[in-house]
Amino acid sequence: MKKGQKLAALLLAFLVAAPLAACGGGQATGNGGGTLTVLAAASLKASFTELAKTFETQHPGTTVTLSFAGSADLAGQINQGAPADVFASADTRNMEKLQEAGLVDGEPQVFATNTLAIAVPPGNTAGIRSFADLSKPGIRLVQCAKQVPCGAAAAAIEQKTGTDLAPVSEENSVTDVLGKVISGEADAGLVYITDVRSAAGQVEGVPFPEAASAVNSYPAAVLSNSRNSADARAFLNLLTSPEGQQVLAAAGFGSGRN
Amino acid sequence: MNRQAYSGVPRWIYALAVLAALVVVLPLFAMVARVNWASFLPLVTSESALSALGLSLRTSVASTVLCIVLGVPLALVLARGRFPLQGLLRSLVLLPLVLPPVVGGIALLYTFGRQGLLGRTLEFLGLQIAFSTTAVVLAQTFVALPFLVVSLEGALRTGGERYEAVAATLGASPGRVFRRVTLPLVLPGLASGAVLSFARSLGEFGATLTFAGSLQGVTRTLPLEIYLQRETDPDAAVALSLVLVAVAVAVVALAYRRPSGGALQTSTQRTTTAAAPGGNVA
Repeated sequence: MKKGQKLAALLLAFLVAAPLAACGGGQATGNGGGTLTVLAAASLKASFTELAKTFETQHPGTTVTLSFAGSADLAGQINQGAPADVFASADTRNMEKLQEAGLVDGEPQVFATNTLAIAVPPGNTAGIRSFADLSKPGIRLVQCAKQVPCGAAAAAIEQKTGTDLAPVSEENSVTDVLGKVISGEADAGLVYITDVRSAAGQVEGVPFPEAASAVNSYPAAVLSNSRNSADARAFLNLLTSPEGQQVLAAAGFGSGRN
Repeated sequence: MNRQAYSGVPRWIYALAVLAALVVVLPLFAMVARVNWASFLPLVTSESALSALGLSLRTSVASTVLCIVLGVPLALVLARGRFPLQGLLRSLVLLPLVLPPVVGGIALLYTFGRQGLLGRTLEFLGLQIAFSTTAVVLAQTFVALPFLVVSLEGALRTGGERYEAVAATLGASPGRVFRRVTLPLVLPGLASGAVLSFARSLGEFGATLTFAGSLQGVTRTLPLEIYLQRETDPDAAVALSLVLVAVAVAVVALAYRRPSGGALQTSTQRTTTAAAPGGNVA
């Protein structure tokens, strides 16, 4: 038994080490080499890609590595020990999870907000004008599942307005919702204003005032196992600086400092 | 005698073989180790879990039936027919085996979707495929059909045409030969092909997510439910994964059991024939 365990551990170590060694050449050493690894929510892709370039210009010698995914996925990766310096989440819940696990260094800063909007295919064939229109019979509505941030926001608005939505599909991510509107399968989708902005030309946006009652906050924080916390802090400062806020506002994000 | 004494496997091969087995077994073991047994039963018997499991089983049975109804004629034509571009047809039919499921989902979307190739016609007929359970069955059939065709075509080829030729010379009509000679001969191959199709349908994820959507009781099968639960409740995701692994183990055991050597024979046939057309595809 013991011998078997030892062998298993040895083989496991080999399994883990071999691929790491194989791609070690491309990996940053992390300490002092001036690499900043930022894990950010998928909706931040366009703005963070731009801000990373700004940061690299401001800090010559520092390379910013970006990784985008769903906030819950990223929080899970950090929990499993993924090496990273900054985490930017699309909701406070996933950030709180990491805080509880003691993986966050200092207080997270809310640097942006995002609001839901209705996306419809070009031409708005179903004639959606308001949030209430979404519950009209025969409308094929696609939204996020309640387990993900965009779905939680939709559910909150539904409850507050007393509307009863009957979506034909509850997707795992807001990009999946957007995809089903772009492909014309759905008459309407509940996405973020930033998604409508980034898919301009492929979808039309229908803003609705009720969305203001469920605004998502985007917090960012330095991670406690960061090997480059000085640069990480500087990156957070860039996010809340006028320059950073301008880039985020251009993508449709609301200001983080209300 | 000599054959028994000689084992032609070098020792170092064993080391690599153990490693290969570990690649498969270790992750499964790691997952089982993560199961929260205290809450296991409530997690797998929750309303959403049971609804997903029920939907998965129902749709997988439906697509397996569809695979048999459509796959048997196709395998027969590929094995026995002689017509131009036969090799090309075989390669095309086997494509879903090597395609990423998401690609399958996109292809199905542009076929049966609202804006798709058949979408207008279907809508005119009052049929809406996307976001319906029918879409799930279609996605599963798309990915599972090659498994049945490969198994059965292999069995048909290895079985040969001698008995059929004899039956025909004795005056049996083609239909009678098919029912009384061909089908009984390849029944084990058909059975294992059907079991594999069922297993593939049960595990279908990418094409369903892309093409059918995700709604409890309608399109959210067990793999989709696992993917969703993982967002908020990893314990539930692990518990449901274990249920799926248990079903898969049962299915594999069923497909590879060898009561009288019959199933073993067809499984070796499958391996040899699966390799050949696979090479064609690549």
